Amino acid sequence: MTEMLAILFSAILVDNFVLSKFMGICPFIGVSKKTSSAFGMSVAVTFVMVMSTLLTWPINAYILVPADGSHDYGYLRTLTFILVIALFVQLVEILIKKFLPPLYKALGIYLPLITTNCAVLGVTILNIDSGYDLGQSLVNALGAGLGFMVALLMFSGVRERIERADVPKMFKGVPAALVAAGIVAASFAGFGGLVENLFG
Amino acid sequence: MDYLIPILLFVGLGLLAGVLLTVFSRVFAVEQDERAVQIREVLPGANCGACGYAGCDAYAEVVAGGARTNACIPGGDAVSRKVSAIMGTAFEDVVEQAAAVRCNGSCGVTGTRFAYAGEMSCAACSRLYGGQGSCPSGCIGLGDCVKVCPFGAIAVKDGVAVVDRSRCTGCGLCAAACPKGLIEVFDATQKVEVLCSSVLPARATMAACKAGCIGCKKCERACPSGAIHVQNNHAAIDHSKCTGCGICAEGCPTHCIQIL
Repeated sequence: MTEMLAILFSAILVDNFVLSKFMGICPFIGVSKKTSSAFGMSVAVTFVMVMSTLLTWPINAYILVPADGSHDYGYLRTLTFILVIALFVQLVEILIKKFLPPLYKALGIYLPLITTNCAVLGVTILNIDSGYDLGQSLVNALGAGLGFMVALLMFSGVRERIERADVPKMFKGVPAALVAAGIVAASFAGFGGLVENLFG
Repeated sequence: MDYLIPILLFVGLGLLAGVLLTVFSRVFAVEQDERAVQIREVLPGANCGACGYAGCDAYAEVVAGGARTNACIPGGDAVSRKVSAIMGTAFEDVVEQAAAVRCNGSCGVTGTRFAYAGEMSCAACSRLYGGQGSCPSGCIGLGDCVKVCPFGAIAVKDGVAVVDRSRCTGCGLCAAACPKGLIEVFDATQKVEVLCSSVLPARATMAACKAGCIGCKKCERACPSGAIHVQNNHAAIDHSKCTGCGICAEGCPTHCIQIL
């Protein structure tokens, strides 16, 4: 249990996917202009991260690199995972469009963005590289999604204030956002060592 | 064999993905009225809401379901014609609308009561003692209407918002945004309007703004069709009677009646 908590909090705070690993910067900059859309996007990302971990972990463990060591197709991992994640997202999009139109209107525009999001691919591959079992992988994916949400929501608050601030003309828009992102990322470095001391 | 199995594995996976996607998209296809899609394409896409629906998508759907085809005011007759062609119904005229700002208190004719240095929005400024202008019903000039106009048809010139009739589509977003309620949307064929909203007595209006309506009734007497009446110290044009002759504008001592 302690180990699970350690993985979860480490993924949210210490190894935050956006602010420490610098994955998923595109939605981080692109969708953080408004808090409401930032929330929609991060809910969708969390959902896809957990579900694609649930799909890719067994594919890796039983098809690509079986435990009996009969073959090792680990080099196919990236390709296979991209294919599986893209397939999954597309299927989910079709189903949501059919059965939950309000949810589709809220999330629909973000789902295609997630299809080839490196944070989603990153979490599935890092799960394998870290040697996590299925349970640990799922917790890590959930933590990564929540960490994405924390980063996006926090940053959208920062962005909304930058929009109103009197920024020099050459820094207006994305440049100011990137500078602010750097400062927020630096502040997250303060969480280093937190998890080891709390759960270690 | 070392090469064959991974290749077959991957091809298999790709095929599976393709088949799954095809099956899903067929089985769970969402049926959308084709006419709604076509109508959405001919609508202007400004999502202004002048039709009374939530946006162009929403209007396209209700038209496909049988709503009237001439509700898109920005699109005018041209769009109405296309929409009724898609629906196969008879073409109906759009009553084209245009907005006018009923204030012409530019910087030269009116002053300020205090220097405002807060948030640059009319809504915020008007909450502070009714705004900085010396006329309590005048245009604040911070451009809330300019910000909401999807067609770039309104601009603040010399301290007063002015509507560019050639671009105005009459959607009415500016009228809703004006905290002073100065903007009126009316039939676009009407050209004469009293560009003042002051209801103060003549002396107070004169003190606040040299271009204000002082309620002298000169226009009321001059109007050949009885379309102008002074009520509450303020001339108002009844657009259903106005013929647009412009005699009232010629005689107005403060030039607040103008031909747009």
